[in-house]
Amino acid sequence: MARAVTTNRKIITTAVAWTIALILFFPIFWTILTSFKTEAQAINDPPLFFNFDWTLENYAVVQERSDYMKFLWNSIIIAGGSTILGILIAIPAAWSMAFVPSVRTKDILLWMLSTKMLPAVGVLYPISLIFVEFNLLDTRLGLIVVLMLINLPIIVWMLYTYFREIPGEILEAARMDGATLRDEILYVLTPMAVPGIASTLLLNFILAWNEAFWTLNLTAANAAPLTAFIASYSSPEGLFFAKLSAASTMAIAPILILGWFSQKQLVRGLTFGAVK
Amino acid sequence: MGQIELKQVTKSFGDVQVIPPLDLTIHDGEFTVFVGPSGCGKSTLLRLIAGLEDITTGHIEIDGKDATALVPAKRGLAMVFQSYALYPHMSVRKNIAFPLRMAKMDSAEIDKRVNAAASVLNLTDYLDRRPGQLSGGQRQRVAIGRAIVREPAAFLFDEPLSNLDAALRVGMRLEISELHKRLETTMVYVTHDQVEAMTMADKIVVLQAGVIEQVGTPLELYRAPRNTFVAGFIGSPRMNLIEGPEAAKHDAATIGVRPEHIDVVESGGQWQGTVGVAEHLGSDTFFHIHNTGLAETLTVRAIGDVSLQHGDTIHLNPRADEIHRFDAQGLRIAK
Repeated sequence: MARAVTTNRKIITTAVAWTIALILFFPIFWTILTSFKTEAQAINDPPLFFNFDWTLENYAVVQERSDYMKFLWNSIIIAGGSTILGILIAIPAAWSMAFVPSVRTKDILLWMLSTKMLPAVGVLYPISLIFVEFNLLDTRLGLIVVLMLINLPIIVWMLYTYFREIPGEILEAARMDGATLRDEILYVLTPMAVPGIASTLLLNFILAWNEAFWTLNLTAANAAPLTAFIASYSSPEGLFFAKLSAASTMAIAPILILGWFSQKQLVRGLTFGAVK
Repeated sequence: MGQIELKQVTKSFGDVQVIPPLDLTIHDGEFTVFVGPSGCGKSTLLRLIAGLEDITTGHIEIDGKDATALVPAKRGLAMVFQSYALYPHMSVRKNIAFPLRMAKMDSAEIDKRVNAAASVLNLTDYLDRRPGQLSGGQRQRVAIGRAIVREPAAFLFDEPLSNLDAALRVGMRLEISELHKRLETTMVYVTHDQVEAMTMADKIVVLQAGVIEQVGTPLELYRAPRNTFVAGFIGSPRMNLIEGPEAAKHDAATIGVRPEHIDVVESGGQWQGTVGVAEHLGSDTFFHIHNTGLAETLTVRAIGDVSLQHGDTIHLNPRADEIHRFDAQGLRIAK
């Protein structure tokens, strides 16, 4: 017998779900709302919800004071570059771990994950030195490499999980059919893992887009992405909540829109293989 | 050409030797079946020939050339897997064409060969479908199509019919046999089903724990099993193996009589027992008989519908010239 779900129960769960969703969304909503207020209205007590004079002034000021497009472009290059580089390295790595595992494969996977447990600031000094030595400070290339390395364990883990779902016999069939290792990965494994690879790409892009520790510490003017753009408005000159909000809204908008359109893919990818 | 020779081949996984030193020659054009209970090493042996597993020691020669170190693709063999192993993201046409594409064949020739294979296998109407839209039997035919387009030196089949239902299995069995007659290419076929082995093979290799128990034609194995293992494994229902005083009467440690070589008589038979289960197939009746004092259960096959029921006493006469004798080691004693 199917589990009976009463109407009351449905209403309660729906209400609880919406409440949690709204609480989670509220800071973003408030940021967007504040970006349309004047600085005075932004810090008004009690807080103003909709009863204020809507203005686009903050956006105009922000655009005037800093070149949004330059930051946006840097974000796209850095997040996109680190994602593509990461996936190119992770596919062969995950292939070997999933299909020709050694006795140490599990250990390597755990060790890779353990690097995520290290506080980033712990390696700030050595990495800064390396950047100075190789002239990578404030370059997009430097950030692409660092963000790629930071997210690589997650990419490898995700791909490894997806690849494990692919029957080894199919790859063996490809080998019998005369496929080289390159053909096998290119024509058989990758197309079969497309949902998994796509969601890995998306997630990694979002992580790289939002990464703020390294992007803030290793850039100045040239390679600064949108995280630095936001940070530049939480300035010591005083609190400009409305402008900060406008800058934040402009920074999160692209990724929010990307996430909105790809949420189906993302959910499908993240739950890939959970149900056979 | 497709002669395959295994010379002193062994395979170990870690410290466990699954194939002790083994020699075997599979002649060109022969339909060879590896048969044995699960875990006997028959699939491993096939994968060693395919090159999907590396052999631990020994040599594999294909057409007289040492293939031991060759990757699977370079051995000129095609394989059909138990799970079909079709590429789910490709159409049937692309699946069949894949080995030809990998061989960098020109597209006109690929089309010609794919269409030819499709018409042989009745797949012409399905060429643009994906494997997921096909039935089990059709998928199996696509897998076979993918193997035949390459015109390989030999085909390797790894339990290809075990995922099909009984009726389809019989049909596909015939199709594969017919394919072999037409192509006259070497085929190596792995199965745990001795009926498949008996009906399809030119030569059967019976394996147990990685060791070849006997190699021979189906009828050689049926008529003269080399030991009690082969005797019990080949033939359906399985041979009755009887030990003790009855065996001693024939100067043997064990005697074996096939169910079809025991006659049911009205009265005064050499052996008697009680009918346990009677399976009436119409053409035959199988009796499972208890309380014979010979073995726990004796199986007897009677032609036609013999109307004896559960609990009835049954009288039996084994045919003297069909009794197989085995010594204490289980080896056949010559007549």
